[in-house]
Amino acid sequence: MTRTPAIEAEGLVKHFGDTVAVDGVSFVVPEGSVLGLLGPNGAGKTTTVRMMTTLTRPTAGTARVAGHDVLRDPAAVRRSMGLTGQAATVDELLTGRENLRLIGSLYGLDKAYIRRASDELLERFSLSDAGDRIAKTYSGGMRRRLDLAVSLIATPPVLFLDEPTTGLDPRSRVELWEVLRELVADGTTLLLTTQYLEEADQLADNIVVIDRGTVIAEGTPLQLKDQSGAAALVVTVSQAPDLEAAQALMRPHVREVHVDAGARQLTAPAEGLGHMTRIAGLFEESGIVLDDIGLKRPSLDDVFLHLTGHRAEALPGTDADEPDQPDRQPDHQPDHQSAGDPAGEVSR
Amino acid sequence: MTTLERPEIRHTGLLTQSWAIARRNFLHIKRMPEMLMDVTIQPVMFVLLFAYVFGSSIDVATPAGYRAFLLAGIMAQTVAFASFIVAVGLTADLDKGIVDRMRSLPINPAAVLVGRSMSSLAHSSIGLVVMSLTGLVIGWRIHTNPLEAALGYLLLLGWGFAMIWVGIWVGSAMRSVEAVNGVMFATMFPITFLANTFAPTDRMPTFLRLVAEWNPISSLTQAVRVLWGNDQPLAEGAAFPMHHPIPFTIGWIILITAVVAPLAIRTFRRRTAD
Repeated sequence: MTRTPAIEAEGLVKHFGDTVAVDGVSFVVPEGSVLGLLGPNGAGKTTTVRMMTTLTRPTAGTARVAGHDVLRDPAAVRRSMGLTGQAATVDELLTGRENLRLIGSLYGLDKAYIRRASDELLERFSLSDAGDRIAKTYSGGMRRRLDLAVSLIATPPVLFLDEPTTGLDPRSRVELWEVLRELVADGTTLLLTTQYLEEADQLADNIVVIDRGTVIAEGTPLQLKDQSGAAALVVTVSQAPDLEAAQALMRPHVREVHVDAGARQLTAPAEGLGHMTRIAGLFEESGIVLDDIGLKRPSLDDVFLHLTGHRAEALPGTDADEPDQPDRQPDHQPDHQSAGDPAGEVSR
Repeated sequence: MTTLERPEIRHTGLLTQSWAIARRNFLHIKRMPEMLMDVTIQPVMFVLLFAYVFGSSIDVATPAGYRAFLLAGIMAQTVAFASFIVAVGLTADLDKGIVDRMRSLPINPAAVLVGRSMSSLAHSSIGLVVMSLTGLVIGWRIHTNPLEAALGYLLLLGWGFAMIWVGIWVGSAMRSVEAVNGVMFATMFPITFLANTFAPTDRMPTFLRLVAEWNPISSLTQAVRVLWGNDQPLAEGAAFPMHHPIPFTIGWIILITAVVAPLAIRTFRRRTAD
């Protein structure tokens, strides 16, 4: 089945003065799917999103959102997408409802529709009770949800979320994931950036890993995990003294066995589900009691380490998207930019 | 639910969009009435302070005395501070990502600035009303005809308009509200005091007097005084602008806007486009 791509990035490049923030990023997001743009701080995720949402002009390359080119028809792009930036950009002095109304009326939606949609969105994001309170009184999770609700007031077919769960506690994070899954089930195309591998694993159909401004890997979460090495068969025995017998039992049937006495674990290269079942049968017959037997896939963390040679979250930010400087240009380059800025951005 | 209702996105004009943004700024004032202090309590305090504390030792030759003389000066100072309001508001919006959110919407990017200008002019107008009422209480009166009276207010608002561009410029260039406060205090206070706003210029040292009388704020103040009949006879050797304050004020408004507006738009665009 071929679907129209909802988002296409085509060789996006962004220079800030001498700094190359994004260096030729291309990918395609089919309609109704979720793309996770994964990378450490400073990888160029935010800059990529800013180019695709018409906030920043690419130095080279272009992107299309819902078929509209960001350079040739930015207005059509803006009509087709919603954006939730890194910092929750709700107006703190306005109530939840007023925030929704402001953005709704800027979209040119009619009043009755805005009222109805606001009620539905507040309900959906568990903000009904807080809808008439000013956003300043909201918790971090509530602000995020309101921010997302505001992006959805015009029900855009394409939604960009820049690190939607950064700074949220685990429970709020899981709640937000739930909401995002519902949106996708309803047909919305989602692009989300994240530095949390778990988040990409949970939500994304496809993952694009970027590091230092370039795409270093691409695929489904499963493919990426496969790429970084085989799965392992892990056997945990109940009694430590059984370890030796267990090792003797397994050795003829596997390529190698690694014993971790402390964890009472034996690890061997996996050779598929049937192989694991056979080994489980052998243990059953031998009378060695097991706590657990199973296949362990490498986590996306392992994948990231494998791909980049460094851990995803431990890398210090290098440039464009520090979480503390959300969705704006990095501070070191204000003097170099936009000499060739398109005319009419403000005065039109 | 498998298909979502996608509402019609109607095309709206710059004015509708700007009004939506201005309305949001008014809501801010409603939530934080202390934002109006700069056009209410502060100028009233200045009026009272100058009228009663310093006023007794400042000699002016207007029929209604110093208080009538003072009022135009305070009003000129207050509209000059409109730049302050715009700059602080704009910097805060830029800093919090609100401007980016607006720019991601299908609206004219200028609506952010026009909306901010509309609310700023309303803000200044509130100040003019408050000060006029205060003035009436302490004995200030307009002695001319309604047309000239209206023209006086119009010049003040025109000045406020020019100052909006200064505010957009400073607001786009500064990185934090604190920086805006610092820059604006350091420039606007001396500019609005080194003028004929609070004391006649004719007894200032020669050099200072020259600076004060060529100060655009002095033209505005003098123009309003003339239009309202609150002026005193020009002192010997008054500088050229003091003899023709109305054309000078109009000229200054046009000149400041013509010079600063392109700079402001350029700085704003640089700040937001990358």
